Amino acid sequence: MSQDIIAPMQRTKSRTSLRGLVAWVVFAAVLLLLPVFFQGNSTAFTLLNVIGINIVFALSYNMLLGQGGMLSFGHAVFFGLGSYAAMHAMIAIDEASYAGEGFWAHVPVLGMPLVGMIAGGLVALVLGWPFCRRAGTAFAMITLGLGEMVAAAGQMFPSLFGGEAGIYGNRMVGPQWFGLELAQSSDVYWFIAFWTFAGVFAMWAFTRTPLGRMSNAVRDNPDRLQFIGYPPRNVRFMIFIAAGSFGGLAGGMAAVNYEIITPEALGLIPSGLALLMAAVGGLGVFYGPIVGAVVVTLMNSMLSDYTDASILYVGLVFLAIVMFAPRGLGGGIEQVRVAWRDGDLGRRLPGWLSGAVAVGLIIVGLVVLIELAFQATHGSDEFAHVFGVDFDAAGPWGWLTVVVLLVAGGLIKRATNKLREDQA
Amino acid sequence: MLELVIFSTLNGVLYGLLLFMLSSGLTLIFSMMGVLNFAHASFYMLGAYFAYTLGMYTGFWPALILAPLLVGALGSLVERFGLRRVHANGHVAELLFTFGLAYVIDELVQMVWGTVAVAYREPSYMREPLFTLFGTDYSIFRGVVILISILMFIALWYLLKKTRVGMMIRAALTHGEMVGHLGHNVPRLFMGVFGFGCALAALAGVIGGPLLATEPGMAATLGPIVFVVVVVGGMGSLQGAFYASLLIGLLQTFFVAIDASLADVFNALGANLDPYGEVGRISLATLAPMTPFILLVLILIFRPRGLMGELEP
Repeated sequence: MSQDIIAPMQRTKSRTSLRGLVAWVVFAAVLLLLPVFFQGNSTAFTLLNVIGINIVFALSYNMLLGQGGMLSFGHAVFFGLGSYAAMHAMIAIDEASYAGEGFWAHVPVLGMPLVGMIAGGLVALVLGWPFCRRAGTAFAMITLGLGEMVAAAGQMFPSLFGGEAGIYGNRMVGPQWFGLELAQSSDVYWFIAFWTFAGVFAMWAFTRTPLGRMSNAVRDNPDRLQFIGYPPRNVRFMIFIAAGSFGGLAGGMAAVNYEIITPEALGLIPSGLALLMAAVGGLGVFYGPIVGAVVVTLMNSMLSDYTDASILYVGLVFLAIVMFAPRGLGGGIEQVRVAWRDGDLGRRLPGWLSGAVAVGLIIVGLVVLIELAFQATHGSDEFAHVFGVDFDAAGPWGWLTVVVLLVAGGLIKRATNKLREDQA
Repeated sequence: MLELVIFSTLNGVLYGLLLFMLSSGLTLIFSMMGVLNFAHASFYMLGAYFAYTLGMYTGFWPALILAPLLVGALGSLVERFGLRRVHANGHVAELLFTFGLAYVIDELVQMVWGTVAVAYREPSYMREPLFTLFGTDYSIFRGVVILISILMFIALWYLLKKTRVGMMIRAALTHGEMVGHLGHNVPRLFMGVFGFGCALAALAGVIGGPLLATEPGMAATLGPIVFVVVVVGGMGSLQGAFYASLLIGLLQTFFVAIDASLADVFNALGANLDPYGEVGRISLATLAPMTPFILLVLILIFRPRGLMGELEP
């Protein structure tokens, strides 16, 4: 069987509805309990809010790539335009509540993600039709062009997009609901948590609809779908609109969270981020992009405190996952879960653990290598600082550590492969 | 007016040739392996940076040969140890791999050469004017670039049409399996073509670096345009890529050169657009970076298979 990276994991048993419910209860409980752990820690809340936005963004992206098999390089268009729409709505609320009358005076800022969602969906509806003729490489290139074009247009209409500086709004306006003032990031957290939960649930529900099933069909075999009587282009178009809507939803969340939006949010870099998060987390499992969003956001924000090469690490992690673990982190979790359910875990765990040790050693070796190389090229007065240990590029010990780690990792990997072969 | 037309045409053709040098390698790789190499523009950037660093030791001309060779070897390694491994997981995985590769290369370039542009210039004697028209100089270097491009196209044409390797490549484009059955090493051929395409991109970088600018953003600026060229020309068609390159080169150069706003254009056509309004005020020069993408959308709507592409399946 070919190991297609977007094919879902095989299920041996269908999940009972009660088990499905447990996951949602746990998810809601985590969202409710997180503030207890991080009370008073506003940086943690800022990070949590970004993670929430990215979870919705990555999941909406996976509706295209993972569920529908459409590789898009322009998904940030919907995120960005949804964000712009929400921002303009926020400004309208500000002005209307100042005057004390008008439609917008009665709209709470909490509803902004819906504005973003409508905007994202509308944009996809208007733009999408010519793009959905084919999936695959052509679709990828076309969405890339779309993203570049919209990003360039963003610089061109300053009254709408605010030029280089972007536009900004104020989230503490309009009617307050549920006593949420939205002044601090811990307040905003409840807003983000609610919409993250709602968005994730809606996207999961979408996979259960006939259209959601059809999107898997158009991914796996468009010709057959055509024979049955569903034009693949129509199905793709509808997926495109749905994904655009949820991208806009994430954009609306971002507008309230950041209170500023620039044309950069429309370009290739945020589109690439969505792809990165979805692929790192795993395209074949529904919760994969959630894992990916959490991991990539944490890496992006935390690594930059420790090393100057943080973006390189994110890129390398992505490359490693595409090359060696095409099902992503979520795929790995799913594998363990399935083995546990089938009572197979005890037999397979030693192989997995030793494999994990090997990968860990190789990763540490590479990290030390990169830090040493970075130090060697950027002046040797600074010590490479990895996991609390200092290495000196001038001396041999650092480089020797690299060799030892890599060789040890390689040997354990070989032993693991042999062990797994013996088991199979 | 005549001056503007002549110089814009010359510059546009120059830019178009540069685009074709990039897109020809991309098209070859795509039509052979079905992979649209997202990192292609990154190899172009590596070519410029390698030539800059090598040029400090060897001078311009040896670097012109050495840098593409180095990048070509690097490309072959990428194919052998990266792409071939991912190949089993399908085209999406390959595209993702090259996307990640572009990410990593861009970051490495910033780590090694810094985030600002490096002073990569052509040798000083090539900055002398080749000829002077209407009081404007046309430097020797630009002439040399056109010459190198044309020589390269002749070499490419000769390689593909007149040599045994070229015959194998052309056969493998359409009947890869059969070529394999006949006892040729198709994976090695793939590796060679991938390396060759990367070397072409690097050559474009060596001569494009001094013309445009050698900075870490150069891959991101040119990359999407090269993809547009490939789609507009028709995926996998070398001829189409050639025409599309020239078309986009000329289009962009003329848009930059013509001093007019959208209102001027539309009003000349009989429309009534406010010259000081949000839309009418936009000058054609600011539209120039968008022209490839506008062309892409137009082509998609009116001729989805591209200028010279095969009929859609």
